[in-house]
Amino acid sequence: MPRKTTAAQDFRRGIWRENPVFIQMLGLCPALAVSNTVLNSLAMGLATFFVLFCSSVLVATFKKLIPAEVRISTYILIIATFVTVADMTLEAVVPEIHKALGAFIALIVVNCIILGRQEAFASKNTVPRAMIDAVGTGIGFIIAMLMMGTIREILGYGTFLGFPLFGGNYEPWIIFILPPGGFFTIGFILLGLNWWERRKLERARSGEPPVGVAVGRAA
Amino acid sequence: MSGNGGSDVTSGQRVLPQASSQRPEVPSWRLLVTLGSAGALAGLLLVFVYYLTQPAIQAYKARMLREAVQEVLKGPQRWDTLYVYEGALTPQPPADVDAASLEMVFLGYGADGERLGFAISGAEPGFQDLIELIFGYDPQAGTVIGMKVLANKETPGLGDKIVKDSAFVAEFDGPQAPLAGVKSGRATGAANEVDMITGATISSRTVIRIINNRLERLRPILEAYLEEAS
Repeated sequence: MPRKTTAAQDFRRGIWRENPVFIQMLGLCPALAVSNTVLNSLAMGLATFFVLFCSSVLVATFKKLIPAEVRISTYILIIATFVTVADMTLEAVVPEIHKALGAFIALIVVNCIILGRQEAFASKNTVPRAMIDAVGTGIGFIIAMLMMGTIREILGYGTFLGFPLFGGNYEPWIIFILPPGGFFTIGFILLGLNWWERRKLERARSGEPPVGVAVGRAA
Repeated sequence: MSGNGGSDVTSGQRVLPQASSQRPEVPSWRLLVTLGSAGALAGLLLVFVYYLTQPAIQAYKARMLREAVQEVLKGPQRWDTLYVYEGALTPQPPADVDAASLEMVFLGYGADGERLGFAISGAEPGFQDLIELIFGYDPQAGTVIGMKVLANKETPGLGDKIVKDSAFVAEFDGPQAPLAGVKSGRATGAANEVDMITGATISSRTVIRIINNRLERLRPILEAYLEEAS
């Protein structure tokens, strides 16, 4: 039953092939809500990374001491503690970003990416493996947040990290920094990813590069 | 390592339906000890982080307030903090009253010690959530001398123009109180008119309403204080 994966596989898995947002479809709440600028996305990504990493280390360290009956409550307690630490630290160090992220920092507690990694991985593996897994998954989340944030900020504000990209004549698509823009963005990203995956699969199946032929054979 | 992983999986997944038959029941004191000590450690860590971060957080809030008072009173030399206590302004509330819980206004002075006006904060619901702002008021001339929004969650690109539209913010430099909002292009030139923002009618109306409501309530108190002081 235990999977035999190498450390490198543990690391790479979370980054892309099992990307927490785009493939596992977890953590969509922050990915939709606070990805309206690159800076907000990065701050949310880093805060989540911090919480995920610290929680994984602690859970992997104390896994033998935590009775199975109370494991979920203990995980949530550990996660909530680190979220509060991240919350207070952000407010002290970067108050402007803290204000922009608002309640969504506190909501990292209920982010399924983090609890999911504790239950599925950290509680069954050694501390170093849990660290590697957390780093991979955390980077995967940051990449997803940055993709969302870049698209939405460029279209919605016409800027990247606050620097204007277009001339004064650019009329920003305000919809992209509003909640519907989050749904549009993630929808189009998923559309693109799935199309890409399917094409790759069909090419691999046929063993030949031309798309038309591959589709014909698959059908 | 993989052996440990396997047994943990089993215990983790099957413990609820087959707890009695598969493995001895964990005594409840162990559950209590686990959660209790985890909670205590978490509490300790949080207290520690709180003491580390609190000075920076308080300093930021104080700086924001200082900058806001500077801005809405057009650069006073200094200012007094006055507390609204039992329908009057007092620089020093009685010792048994928590000063932080009282309403505050700030009386700014110019270079020659002349009174520039009061900085007054207020908050009311806008289009999305509370709009918090601070404004300067000159009681001698009866005019608003400046306005700064401190916090808002208005729609980006529309309602948040109450902060980002400098022409709208400049409207609050000098109009006679109480203010009256007019749609752009309908201005008649009256001294109390403020041009509202197209596309942000509710947000701009809220800003005007906050100022008018605060003044209506505080004006007698401010005037009484000035008469007494002079």
